[in-house]
Amino acid sequence: MSTATSPSASSPTTLRNAVIRLAGNSQDGIQSIGGILARLAGRTQQDVVTYMTIPSTISGGPSIFQLHLGSGEVLDAGDESDVLVAFYQHSYNDHLSALRDGGICFYDSGEVTEVKNDRGIHHIGIPFTAATVEAVGGSARDRGKNIFVLGLLCAVFQLDKEKIVGILSRQFGKKDESVLRNALLAFDAGFAYPIGDITTFNFEEGEHKDPHRISTDGNTIMSMGLIAAGVRYGSAYPITPWSSIMEILRSELPRYGGLYVQAEDELSAVSMTIGAAFAGHLAVTGSAGPGLSLKMEALSYASMAEIPLIVINVQRGGPSTGLPTSVEQSDLMQAIYGSHGDCPRIVLAPRDVEDCFYIALEACKLAREYSCPVIILSDQALSSRIEAFTEPDLDKHWVEPTLDLSDRGENFKPYPLDSVTRHAPPGTKIAGKYPHVTGLEHDEWGHPSGNPKMHQKMTDKRRNKLVALSNKLPLPEIYGDQEGDILLIGWGSTFGPIKESVNRLRAEGHKVGAAHLRHLHPMPAHLDRLWAKFKHVSVVELNDSGMYGYGQLATILRAAYAEPKIQSICKTDGLTFRIREIVTGVEKIMTAK
Amino acid sequence: MSTPTLEASPAAAPTQLSTPAAPGAEEKLTKKILTADHPTWCPGCGDFAVLAAFYKVLEKLQYPHEKIVCVAGIGCSSRFPYFMNTHGIHFIHGRALPLATGVSLSRPDVHVFVFGGDGDGFSIGGNHLNHAARKNIKLTYVIMDNYVYGLTKKQTSPTSPQGFKSKTDPIGSIDRPINPMKQLLASGATFIARTHAAQVKHMVDTFERAIKHDGFSVVECLSECVMFYEGSFDDSTPRKGGVYDIIDETQHDVKDDVAAFKLADLPSPGKFGVYYEVDRPTKNAMEQKWIDDTQSKLAGTSQKDLLKKRLEMMR
Repeated sequence: MSTATSPSASSPTTLRNAVIRLAGNSQDGIQSIGGILARLAGRTQQDVVTYMTIPSTISGGPSIFQLHLGSGEVLDAGDESDVLVAFYQHSYNDHLSALRDGGICFYDSGEVTEVKNDRGIHHIGIPFTAATVEAVGGSARDRGKNIFVLGLLCAVFQLDKEKIVGILSRQFGKKDESVLRNALLAFDAGFAYPIGDITTFNFEEGEHKDPHRISTDGNTIMSMGLIAAGVRYGSAYPITPWSSIMEILRSELPRYGGLYVQAEDELSAVSMTIGAAFAGHLAVTGSAGPGLSLKMEALSYASMAEIPLIVINVQRGGPSTGLPTSVEQSDLMQAIYGSHGDCPRIVLAPRDVEDCFYIALEACKLAREYSCPVIILSDQALSSRIEAFTEPDLDKHWVEPTLDLSDRGENFKPYPLDSVTRHAPPGTKIAGKYPHVTGLEHDEWGHPSGNPKMHQKMTDKRRNKLVALSNKLPLPEIYGDQEGDILLIGWGSTFGPIKESVNRLRAEGHKVGAAHLRHLHPMPAHLDRLWAKFKHVSVVELNDSGMYGYGQLATILRAAYAEPKIQSICKTDGLTFRIREIVTGVEKIMTAK
Repeated sequence: MSTPTLEASPAAAPTQLSTPAAPGAEEKLTKKILTADHPTWCPGCGDFAVLAAFYKVLEKLQYPHEKIVCVAGIGCSSRFPYFMNTHGIHFIHGRALPLATGVSLSRPDVHVFVFGGDGDGFSIGGNHLNHAARKNIKLTYVIMDNYVYGLTKKQTSPTSPQGFKSKTDPIGSIDRPINPMKQLLASGATFIARTHAAQVKHMVDTFERAIKHDGFSVVECLSECVMFYEGSFDDSTPRKGGVYDIIDETQHDVKDDVAAFKLADLPSPGKFGVYYEVDRPTKNAMEQKWIDDTQSKLAGTSQKDLLKKRLEMMR
């Protein structure tokens, strides 16, 4: 809330951006109203990035939903909040420290006892629960207190009431009539609640004039990307935070003539998916880190048998069961190297929610082109956070699914040494001998072969596909300074926070650039050109700096380029990077001698 | 780094799925056409007879050549696809059934045959057998059961009888073996039969019935490993003095799972033939019905427009 001044009873204060943190328990529906606010932002030309924590317990437990709303570009969920809404005493106690000095705290006066502070925080106690019960009536009890708070925030921030009511009507309209009625009663009660002499705020007009803006989370838009790319089949096993993709595909694919199967375990899921791929379809499986580990044997098979296959790994905190609902980027090594044998495969990572759509398109294109597994490394933060962005142009990106059953000639070979494998799926007439798809080392026809020269040739064939791809990939553009003090390198969901950190560091007078890798294996060739003109290089990633002081991508880059100036900024607290954490890390590297 | 020479070529044009394959293709399938690599099995292995029986069934059924798919996992018997001149895939240990499930569910026009041994089916892939069976996936699974791990040279298998001496059980196997018929009955398979590699005619008849069954059909086929468990099935081999006792279906109701369970309890060598056969809708059919019902409500809308509408809802 950069332009906010102290509250006064006068006219509304105009804001450029604001960070609102809702803190309660997971069953209170704070994600629901956070989602509504985020969707509203997308519909009013504003930018938004959200952030949430969800307990991994079945029901209950503290949970937060944070929104960063802005009229310009919003790159992160906000280091600290301008407004805190506390539903319980524990919410208040735990999150008051995340509220900036002079911020506003709304709390449920029936639950929370205010603590005196010297940080200029404005406390406004409102009986959320009691007022909701009064408005809705006894039978619904306090079930609508989240909607009450939504009404309250709508009034304080002078949000578009009509649009919110429209979203509520669509969300609750399909249920029993009384559900929508109660929701609107709760909303109106919150909207009309007398909040005393606090000022109201309104946002500057948004900069996003594109009428076709949508707002959604990463898992949802990645599912849409897969459908747009021609995926119609696949199989998976439920695991957080991957499950919502399989749920969406299971419900959606029959509309497109396809089918998504829930398998009995991760091994079966990847095997069924390879089966669908062998049968000639582009197919997708997915999981989180532990499930990817279980899929590893079959993934190695897909490299050997040269099967096009999409595998999505929505990373979470590890190792083992770890932190199922927290973010981490600690599966990079697993994605690239996690199977037995030398098994080349492609690894990509989306940089933000919007990119989840485009990375799915690219993964499908590459799997078709190179006939090998492609792993997409998303993460928990991307999976659930909501961002607003331009609606993808399907006229431009739509790919019709294909099944190539055209007749193959006398000399058809499944594994030719001089070109990329193009399998002949079952149903294809073969004029010569029928092909065998196999995980044994083989000759060009798929016959098992233990010939030493053949193993070397086939190893070369499988590797050279990726070498060819590497040489085709463009170098990522450098954001910010093209030369200078330090180049930050990132991958995956850290894109926004790194970019925002570059903005701050440059504003402080440092010469800083940032490059973000979407292709992690193979990487574009000649990456050293990126950092040639920078004094320092630091790889910013959400994983452990390990035995030797370098994160996973930093380790790979150091091994590939033997470049001692590559350093690391790493952390594993299960949370996304705060801007000040990156800025502090950079300052430490630049001052070290 | 060597110079990459591989260039991707454009994918071929799309082809429509034909309707499910029916007998009567233009090319007559013969054993000669169906024969591929010479089997790598040891001389005297029971699996040769299983292969010969399978050729015979395919000669009889005359499915279009290109619609036949052979799937296998790992083991001696799992080399089967290499010896068939049909579409074939040799997958990883224990996962042949899920792979075949993926083929069956996504390609209603092809005939899916799965081959494997007792290790693949009852040990490393045991869980998949349960789930493919309960889902009633349309395919035929032949388990060549030799009561021993042969490819890895004589370790105890899940069907090795107690007391069987192997390299992993030098004092004789301690663990109670799996009873394949009982396990399959409990799992929900809709066609369950037992046959013997030394009984070619019975094998051919049993395979044919299994293949014609609309659902998950599984045949346990005793197939002797002459290298590591010689004489294992002498008690069911008449020329070795045993008794080959075929189920009399006038006395056994194949729809009665309790009766089948009792049959499965008979001491070695037990009975051969169809233990259980029942009609239950396949997952293939039920999923297809969902797809058809869903699509009929959307008639006239292109797939691209469907997704466009979905995205518009996020505005």
